[in-house]
Amino acid sequence: MENEELISLKNIVVEFDGERIIDNLNLTIKDREFVTLLGPSGCGKTTTLRIIAGFVEPQAGDVLFECKKINGVPPYKRPVNTIFQRYALFPHLNVYDNIAFGLRVHKVPNTEIRQRVSEMLSLVNLQGFEKRNVSKLSGGQQQRVAIARAVINRPKVLLLDEPLAALDLKLRQSMQLELKNIQKSLGITFVYVTHDQEEALSMSDTIVVMNNGKIQQIGSPIDIYNEPQNAFVADFIGESNIIDGVMLSDYHVRFAGMDFDCVDKGFAPEEPVDVVIRPEDIKIVEPEKGQLVFTVESCIFKGVHYEMIMDCDGIKWMVHSTKFEQVGDRVGMLIYPDDIHIMKKSDVPVYTDGGEGDRR
Amino acid sequence: MKKRAALPYIVWMLVFTIVPMIMVVYFAFTTKEGAFTLENLIQVKEYAGTFWESIELGAVSTLICLLFGYPMAAIMARSKAHVQRTLVLLCMMPMWMNFLLRTYAWMTILENNGLFNSFLQLIGLPKLQMINTSGAIVLGMVYNFLPFMIIPIYTVMVKLDTRLVEAAQDLGCNWLGVFRRVILPLSVPGIISGITMVFVPAASTFIISKLLGGGTMLIGDIIELQITGGANNLNLGAAMSLVLMIIVLITMMVMNVFGDRESEVALV
Repeated sequence: MENEELISLKNIVVEFDGERIIDNLNLTIKDREFVTLLGPSGCGKTTTLRIIAGFVEPQAGDVLFECKKINGVPPYKRPVNTIFQRYALFPHLNVYDNIAFGLRVHKVPNTEIRQRVSEMLSLVNLQGFEKRNVSKLSGGQQQRVAIARAVINRPKVLLLDEPLAALDLKLRQSMQLELKNIQKSLGITFVYVTHDQEEALSMSDTIVVMNNGKIQQIGSPIDIYNEPQNAFVADFIGESNIIDGVMLSDYHVRFAGMDFDCVDKGFAPEEPVDVVIRPEDIKIVEPEKGQLVFTVESCIFKGVHYEMIMDCDGIKWMVHSTKFEQVGDRVGMLIYPDDIHIMKKSDVPVYTDGGEGDRR
Repeated sequence: MKKRAALPYIVWMLVFTIVPMIMVVYFAFTTKEGAFTLENLIQVKEYAGTFWESIELGAVSTLICLLFGYPMAAIMARSKAHVQRTLVLLCMMPMWMNFLLRTYAWMTILENNGLFNSFLQLIGLPKLQMINTSGAIVLGMVYNFLPFMIIPIYTVMVKLDTRLVEAAQDLGCNWLGVFRRVILPLSVPGIISGITMVFVPAASTFIISKLLGGGTMLIGDIIELQITGGANNLNLGAAMSLVLMIIVLITMMVMNVFGDRESEVALV
C-alpha cells in the first residue's frame, strides 16, 4: 500500500457540552485503503467519521483532503459519501429514485442517470427492484440500496457507519465479503466504523483501535492481533488473559509465581508489567509436565473449541482447547516464550467485556 | 369485550352524526308540510355568489395559515425540547378561551375607535377602516384557525428523521435542496390535514363574518338565518348545508388525490 495520502486528521479535538469526545487525534488515510475505526461504543469512532463527512466541526485541529484544508466545508461540497447506520433511505422515494438522488441533485442528464442506476443495481444484485418501495425491502436489500445510493456518486471516499450492525450473522458475513469486493473493484477508499472486532479483522487493510477519544493502536489486522500495544487493545481484539507481572531482566518475566522466558526487552529491572496471553496459546499437558498447574472450573463447548475457565492460585485464566477437560480436574499448562506478550502498565481503563461484549 | 367497549361510541356517532345527516337530507328534499320537493335545492342556486365568496375567503385564510404555519411548525420541530414545549403551549393557549370571546376581542381592537386606531392616532397617523372589511374576516379566521394548521404539520415534522436530512446533505443537497427534496415531500401529510382542518371550518364559519365583517353574509350566516333567525326556512337551510357539505367533500377528495401522489409512502 504505497499510495498517496488522501485524508489527514491533525490534532483533532472535539468537545460536546464540555466533555472531550475526541482528544488530540492524528490519523492519515491513504488512497484506496480500507481503514476500520474500531472501538467500544462512545470511543469517538463515529464522531471521527462525522468529522470527515463534515457533520461535526472539530474545536481544534485540521482536516486535510488531498493536502487541502477542508475545515468548514459543508457536507454537500465534500467528495465523500456516507452509508448511515440503519441506512436512512428516503421513505418517499422508490429504489430507483433513492439511488438516483445524488445524480439528480448534481443535474446529471436523465439518460446517464438511467444507465448508471442500472449499473449500480447489478453491482448490488437488485436488478428488477427499481419500482419497489424501500420500506418494504428486507434489511439486506435496504443495505444494498444504501450502498448503491452512495457509490453511484463515485466518491473518493466512502464512509460506512456500522453498516452491517442491523443484519443477522449469516447476512453480515456475506455482506462483509461483498463490501470488500466492491471496495476492490471500484478502487475507492473505505473508512469503516464498527465495534465488531471480527468484522474489522476480516475486512480491513488497516485497523485503528480507539478508546476514550484516543487512538490506541494503528496497524494491519495481523499486527493488531499478534502484537497489541497495550492491554486495552489486547483485551478488545479477541480474548486475552491479562495478568500482573514483573520484568526481571531482558527476556525474563515473573508472573503467577513463576519465572518465564519471553521475547521482550527494554524494561527497567523489577518494572511491573501487564502480561497478555491469548487463550488459544496456552497448551494443556499432564500436571507434572506443566509450568503451571490449573484446576478446571468450567468447560463450555463453543463449536470449534472448548472455552475453559481455569483457576491457578485464585487467578482465573481463559483457555481454548479442542480437547474436553473434566471440571475439577487438575491439568498442567505450557506457555511458549513467543506467546507471552509484555506490555507497559497502562492507565487506560481496560474494556472488560472483550470484543464480544456489545455485539447484537 | 372489545365490541362492548366500542358500543357507547357507536351510539354517540349514530345519534350525533348519522341521525343529523339523515335529517339534513330529509329536510333538504321536503317542503314545510313534509312533501317531497327539489325546490329547496333549486333555490340554493340563488346563493351561488355567497357560496363562492365563502369558499374564496376560506381558501385565502387557509393559504395565509399555511404560509405562516409551515415555517412556524418547522421552527418548533427543530427547537430544543423545552423550547418546543413552550411554543406548543403558546400556540394552543388562545384556544383555552372561548372562540366567541376571542372574536369579540378582535372587534374591540379593529373598531373605528378601537385599540389599533387609537394607537395610530397617538403616533399621529390617520385612522384605518378595518372592521367590516373582508380583510377583517380573513384576519379573524387566520387568528382562530392557525393552530389547526401548525399542530398537524409540527407533528409530522417532529417525527422526521434527522438522518434523512444528513443523508440528503451527504448526497450533495444544500439547505434549499434538502427542503425541496426531503423535508417538503415528507411533510405533505401534515400539510393536507392542516389544510383540511382550517379550510372546512373557515368555509362554513358564520360568527366571524358577522362580528368582524359588518353586514357581510357568508354562507354560514345565511344557513344560520334559515334555522334560527328571520327567514325561518329549515328546509332551505338544510339544502344549503347539504350543498356546502358536498362542495367541501369534493374539495377534500381532490386534495387527498393530490396528496397521495405527492407522498406515496410518507404516511407509512
